[in-house]
Amino acid sequence: MRLPFFNRTPTFDHGIHPVYHKETGHLPVRRFPFAPKLYVSLEQHIGKPAIAVVSVGQEVLRGELIAKPDGLFSLPIHAPATGIIEALEPMPSDNGEMEMCIVIRVYEADTQEVQVRYPHDLENLSGRELALVMQEVGVAGKGGATFPTHAKLIPPNGCTIDTIIVNGAECEPFLTCDHRVMVERAQDIMEGIKYARRVCGAPRAIIGVEDNKMDAVAALEAALPADGSVSVKVVETKYPQGAAETLITALLGREVPAGKRSSSIGVVMNNVMTLAYMGRLLPLGEGMTERIVTIAGPSVERPGNYIVPLGTPLRFLLEYVGARSSATEVILGGPMMGTTIPSVDVPITKGVCGVLAFGKKDATPPHIYPCIHCGECVNACPKKLNPTQMGLLAAKREYDVMAEQFMLGECFECGCCSYVCPSHIPLVQQFRVAKYFLKNREKVT
Amino acid sequence: MSKHRIELRAAPHQHSGHSVPTIMRNVVYSMLPICGFSVWQYGLSALALLLTVTATCLATERLLNRNANTLGDWSAAITGILLGLTLPPAFPLWMAIVAGFVAIAIGKAMFGGLGHNPFNPALVGRAFVQAAFPVAITTWVPAFSANRFSEFVPTTFTAPLMMPPDIVGWVKQQGVDAFTGATPLARWKFENVTASAHDLLTGAVTASAGETSALLILACGAYLAIRKFMDWRIPVAVLGSAALTAWAFQMVDPTHYPTPLFVLLSGGLMIGAIYMATDMATSPVTPVGVWIYGGIIGVMTVIIRYFGGLTEGVMYAILLGNALTPLIDRYTQPRVYGTGKDKP
Repeated sequence: MRLPFFNRTPTFDHGIHPVYHKETGHLPVRRFPFAPKLYVSLEQHIGKPAIAVVSVGQEVLRGELIAKPDGLFSLPIHAPATGIIEALEPMPSDNGEMEMCIVIRVYEADTQEVQVRYPHDLENLSGRELALVMQEVGVAGKGGATFPTHAKLIPPNGCTIDTIIVNGAECEPFLTCDHRVMVERAQDIMEGIKYARRVCGAPRAIIGVEDNKMDAVAALEAALPADGSVSVKVVETKYPQGAAETLITALLGREVPAGKRSSSIGVVMNNVMTLAYMGRLLPLGEGMTERIVTIAGPSVERPGNYIVPLGTPLRFLLEYVGARSSATEVILGGPMMGTTIPSVDVPITKGVCGVLAFGKKDATPPHIYPCIHCGECVNACPKKLNPTQMGLLAAKREYDVMAEQFMLGECFECGCCSYVCPSHIPLVQQFRVAKYFLKNREKVT
Repeated sequence: MSKHRIELRAAPHQHSGHSVPTIMRNVVYSMLPICGFSVWQYGLSALALLLTVTATCLATERLLNRNANTLGDWSAAITGILLGLTLPPAFPLWMAIVAGFVAIAIGKAMFGGLGHNPFNPALVGRAFVQAAFPVAITTWVPAFSANRFSEFVPTTFTAPLMMPPDIVGWVKQQGVDAFTGATPLARWKFENVTASAHDLLTGAVTASAGETSALLILACGAYLAIRKFMDWRIPVAVLGSAALTAWAFQMVDPTHYPTPLFVLLSGGLMIGAIYMATDMATSPVTPVGVWIYGGIIGVMTVIIRYFGGLTEGVMYAILLGNALTPLIDRYTQPRVYGTGKDKP
């Protein structure tokens, strides 16, 4: 309920206030060493996997193209380090499946400067041509969805984009990498916004930042371009403020129509780190070879934000930051939406914003009580779905009723319902199963 | 790292920390002051009544859930205490045992236990004994009698399956002045005498064990609402709509109908609005539904009180609200984000 006579911080309805644990937010970003071997996955983005253009035994230089995109809805991959291609082999990934990786043995004595660049003259390009140059950089959405950025920026037919929203909310607990990027690389973000606006033709850009990161707001405001096309707006600190729908509602008061993309109401959303890397790499013609990752959690001895080369295996990463032997659960992403990994051989990819290690403390699964109809989940769901009813239906496997009457498809799996449930019912987990079931049945029939 | 087991879990990996036992336990804690006040007012009889009903409820819950120990969720304890608080302090104990058994067995376990009951179990128990023992449940005793901590009211230890003895003589011996044996609502209904707000707030009136001090119940409810163990909207809706209805009636005929304040503070409305209407399993979950549900209970309470044969209407109003809950939920589904016409 928004009261018109109170001048409140912009926000969305419902949502939750978890404990934020943003202790790493004041630590400057540090560079991570190179692992002896890097495992560079060919599926670091949504869309078609990249096609490897190197062979085993070949020497590659840092920044060199090692895999080319397969069509417009795909991204190239660049060598994250100078070394020798040792193998092309499947490796475990965060979703439990094996994914093809290019294994690079890193030259230890190398200075590891970026040696290969593909610069273009950016001044005289049209929007669409600029998008194709952007594709060569290989930037995928850094918030975790890994949508190819250039593809997101090209307006679909019949849509005019009037606003770019730059997502600096970073509502997930523990994660602070976007926060540090806004503090340390505000100028890169402004550059990135400039290019993004040229591609999608938006006259303005709004950066939305939660009110627990006022130093980031100050840094961004100091870097704003003089023409007033970019503005910074402070939004309430509340989970999931950083989801596309909620941030658009908070900043513009518009709702994204159910089942449609934000471009249908003239909005494109990009993560701050996505645009920071775009702004930094595009003018140089450099490929994505590293990203900033928050490494934190109760079982990490030296938590912080690190510039990690893509392909660094988690085993190396966790050893370097001093993961305690009590660590039993390693999460890629944030604690609300991230996935636990099945193996520490999983490498860092373009979409990994955080690596969190949790200990044995919370290892016993809680007792699940029956639903007591308290309505906490209904009051938490940012999409205003009815998780109470959907949970009861999911228990009976009435997936069709969930989809038809309760709009299961609108759930974006933020996890608020499971977070608040006093009966510890795995609501969002069941919804995921239901969606997966319906999706795969469609494929079969 | 590699030597250790890695756990695979689905997101979210954090939890609010609220659990069913925490909520229920806190509701029990919040009722303890009311119980204490009741015992201080009515002495040993009230204490015996509360303990008996609660013990019966716990025993029934344990007996009917032999496969799983469900006492740990504390919900049976709430039912027991709440039921005890709504009975007259000198209620015969064997009847209290019947009430407790019916509350858990028919009100809750029969439907599948916690969360599956359509009606508030405590009210089911009370409705049963109200129908079965109409005299005993309207026999009131004076508060603060001199010997309340040294002797029981004679009716308390009525032999099982026997009707309680007449206590008019016993009440006279207590030497409590001006005790009429009628609740404020009954006195208003039959004698058109309204009790003062001061008496109602502080509990200096004749009533069930836990219905006396509106102020104390409000304070305990405020604790629950602030700790977010209770949906504050329901009591606000119930009390608000009851007050509005009473105010409307008073506008029509100020000489006959009492003030809204009297309606709010008398009888079981306060404990009903705060502890019974808010029972999570039997109240709606949708934001709009909660207000409708509370509104219906408030209006129905006043209508039953004014026009029904009974002096008190809260119990049946809440049971009616419980019955409507699935319907209310169904027709007040929240508008899903990104659908509907009010926002493009």
